[in-house]
Amino acid sequence: MTLYLIVMLAGERVVLPADHIDSVVEIESVTPVPLAAPHIAGLAAMRSRVLTIVDSLAALGRAVDTPRSSQAVVVTVEGHLYGLQVCEVEDVVECPAVVQPLNGTLEPGWARVALGMIEIAGDALLLVDPVALVAGPPALAA
Amino acid sequence: MDDLLQEFIAETRETLSAIAGEIVAWEAEPADRGRLDAIFRFVHTVKGSCGFLDLPRIERLSHAAEERLATVRDGRSAPDAALVNCVLATVDRIALLVDALETGESLAEEADEHLIAALAGESGGGDASLRRPGGGQRTVSRTIRLSIDLLDRLMGGVSDMVLARNDLARRLRDAGGDGAVEAAFERLSLSIAEIRDTITRTRMQRLDNVFATLPRLVRDLAADLGKMAVIEVDGGDVELDREMIEMIRDPLVHIIRNAVDHGIETPDHRRAAGKSAAGRLTVRASQAGNQISIEIADDGRGVDGDALVARAMAAGLLDPDRARQLGWAQKLALVFAPGLSTSSAITAISGRGVGMDVVRSNIERIGGLIDIESQPGKGMRLALRVPLTLTIIPALTIGVADQCFAIPRSAIEEIVRASGAGVRVESIGGTQVATIRGQRMPVVAFDRLIGVGAGPPAILVILKPAGGECFALAVDMVHDHEELVVKPAAPAVMATGLYAGTTLPDTGQPMLLLDPAGIATLAGVLRQADAREAAAPEPVEQSGPMHVPTLLFRDLCGAERAIRLGVVERIEEVAASAVRPSAGRLRLVHEGRLVPLLTCGETIAGPRLRVLRLSDGATSLAYAIDEVIDIVALPESGMPAADPGLISGVVLVDDRPVELIDPYWLFAEAGDGEVAGDRRPLCLLGAEGDPWTREILRPLVEAAGYRVVHAGPGQTMRPDLVIDNGDGAPLSAGPGTPVVRLRRAQAVTPGEEGSVYRYDREGLLAALRAHRREG
Repeated sequence: MTLYLIVMLAGERVVLPADHIDSVVEIESVTPVPLAAPHIAGLAAMRSRVLTIVDSLAALGRAVDTPRSSQAVVVTVEGHLYGLQVCEVEDVVECPAVVQPLNGTLEPGWARVALGMIEIAGDALLLVDPVALVAGPPALAA
Repeated sequence: MDDLLQEFIAETRETLSAIAGEIVAWEAEPADRGRLDAIFRFVHTVKGSCGFLDLPRIERLSHAAEERLATVRDGRSAPDAALVNCVLATVDRIALLVDALETGESLAEEADEHLIAALAGESGGGDASLRRPGGGQRTVSRTIRLSIDLLDRLMGGVSDMVLARNDLARRLRDAGGDGAVEAAFERLSLSIAEIRDTITRTRMQRLDNVFATLPRLVRDLAADLGKMAVIEVDGGDVELDREMIEMIRDPLVHIIRNAVDHGIETPDHRRAAGKSAAGRLTVRASQAGNQISIEIADDGRGVDGDALVARAMAAGLLDPDRARQLGWAQKLALVFAPGLSTSSAITAISGRGVGMDVVRSNIERIGGLIDIESQPGKGMRLALRVPLTLTIIPALTIGVADQCFAIPRSAIEEIVRASGAGVRVESIGGTQVATIRGQRMPVVAFDRLIGVGAGPPAILVILKPAGGECFALAVDMVHDHEELVVKPAAPAVMATGLYAGTTLPDTGQPMLLLDPAGIATLAGVLRQADAREAAAPEPVEQSGPMHVPTLLFRDLCGAERAIRLGVVERIEEVAASAVRPSAGRLRLVHEGRLVPLLTCGETIAGPRLRVLRLSDGATSLAYAIDEVIDIVALPESGMPAADPGLISGVVLVDDRPVELIDPYWLFAEAGDGEVAGDRRPLCLLGAEGDPWTREILRPLVEAAGYRVVHAGPGQTMRPDLVIDNGDGAPLSAGPGTPVVRLRRAQAVTPGEEGSVYRYDREGLLAALRAHRREG
């Protein structure tokens, strides 16, 4: 059995593997980082540590005007802490780690971040790779 | 070495406690192969470490035990009770000796011999001395080993606590005072500060961690290159933040590699240049306030500033006009210019694109500075200065378009108002240029750079980035000076090239630390700055009192003394056994030659001594000293001494009187009447009582290949040339002897035609050369 976190992202319920996840925190204010890639929303403080806030929608290449939750999923990637902004944090579930291959062709944004599919309570949910979200869209010649 | 010993003690104790159970079990069942192997591994490891650490007693014991156990392992003997007793007694003995290592007490060696004899099978196992000491008093260790992760977590927790305290302090202030609450808060606040200081100290490490690897590095490198080099390391006990040590490790190793690869010559070349066959590197660290300075010096071929200029011009980094204006220091600084390699051949050791420019930018990234000094043929000296810790840097916070940023204070030259007096900002061809008190520099509008609009510049922060000349950063507001705890930023943030890190000030709102060099690069003003740096003319030497580089050292008698650097050929450390009294004086046997050794009169103590090797161009002598203190620029004349002797006079160094050694007197004392000396032409100078003649003129004349005599009652030799100081009665040696007249003022006054200005070195040397050829 493995733990997964279900979140709402761009109108879809998706799951994140819990082993990457440090915590879910409430983000108060974000310091913008001028000239950074568009999916880097800015910096926020988590106690004495600095989180780099990743706008998951922008990382998917989606429209930026959808409202986002004030909660961020904190993940550690290569020693740095990131806060993934999602639309809504739903629940933590425990289920067998049976990752099914994807069938059908995904939209390019999803294709880049999806690891496979997981069946939770009868629903097939996309398993999203937090590392791919942090990496963001391939360099936009920016 | 101390650290290694501590490590050995800690490790041996750990293994001992781990195998304690095995020992007891083995005693009960000597045939158990697994237990035997565990004990064998232990003595084997101990033996290896002892050989390395030079602990002969423990090494012999462990060796004897290992030998004996080996015979059991390959079935040559059977483990009986006597053998088990012997081995266990030896293990206990090792434990005792290890304890003694730490406490410094001494244990009689007889017991060791007994054990070794017993292990070799020479005496019975029933010997009383082999009884295991029952429950002896073990000293309790006062140290434990911790993982770095644990310390980092502790540090993180304390940082959280400090922020919470600051937040609480703000709220208490806003809520209005209750005396009792405030007093309690004050107490809490103080203990948090204390914990933070203590934790910070646990993060400090000795520089030995880096330095310990250098001798091996130098040895291996030199061997690969067919060179000989020794390294002297000093100041390994200086402590530095652990992260900082990691940051300086690569630059330091790179500098050392460079020095061995490009600096130190092959033994043949060195001998031909009159140096010892083995190159000498010194690395010295010292702490001054919250800075650490590390100096790396070698006595190799040095760096030729003019060759650098030629190379820079060939690479198109410098145009000839500017090249002409460069001073020596600026020429040498070209070593740090990107795209310049000092060596014509790219070797496998260094010079593969990772050059001194990278070293400099790495040092500057951590808020440090690097300087170079070099004399072609004599060697090179690099001085690094880095802050004590990486994490806390003094910074200035600025505001642009409602956002705050921090700038490292070390990069800030000054701050001016764009509308202030002496400041002019002009728009030229779409870019802005500021002229501040006559100095022109590009303006980088920060708001435009980060794309948040472009207001008129309000405040100019003059920045001097890594590897460039100044530029003005236009910002809206300057807020405050703060000490900030800086953390590395995520790769996506660093990718902008604009930031050096992130910080969390007391407001709890993260802030970005700007990287001045990154701004310059992004704004496209860095290259321009490079060219400008080259154009800045070196300040012309003033015609006031001249300063001469002078070596400060501590003499054998403990007094601080000075000697003109010009006469010091090199500084060497030699074995005291190389000093022999012979033919009425001390002599130093050095590289197969006898060199006169002079001292201030104190006897030489200790197994090694440092000597200054002095040379006047023909004769060479050694002067024994205690240690070198510094090299400083001192006025060329001081208060002359009352009598001629070792001390020619006294000069002031930072308001301390320091005795100046008289090299003339030393050479006169050492005068062996070497054959070569007699062939040199003789030059008559003014009276010996005149310090200028004696100290300043004489070395120059001697360096030009003359023997020197001073005018005076006892002087009867016929000189080949006369130099007349031009003050006092005219000096001559009769008709037919050429005379060079000197004058005091630069300008020629009537009656002085044909004379040479006394500080016109070139003119004087030309005259000396001309007459020498005639003679």
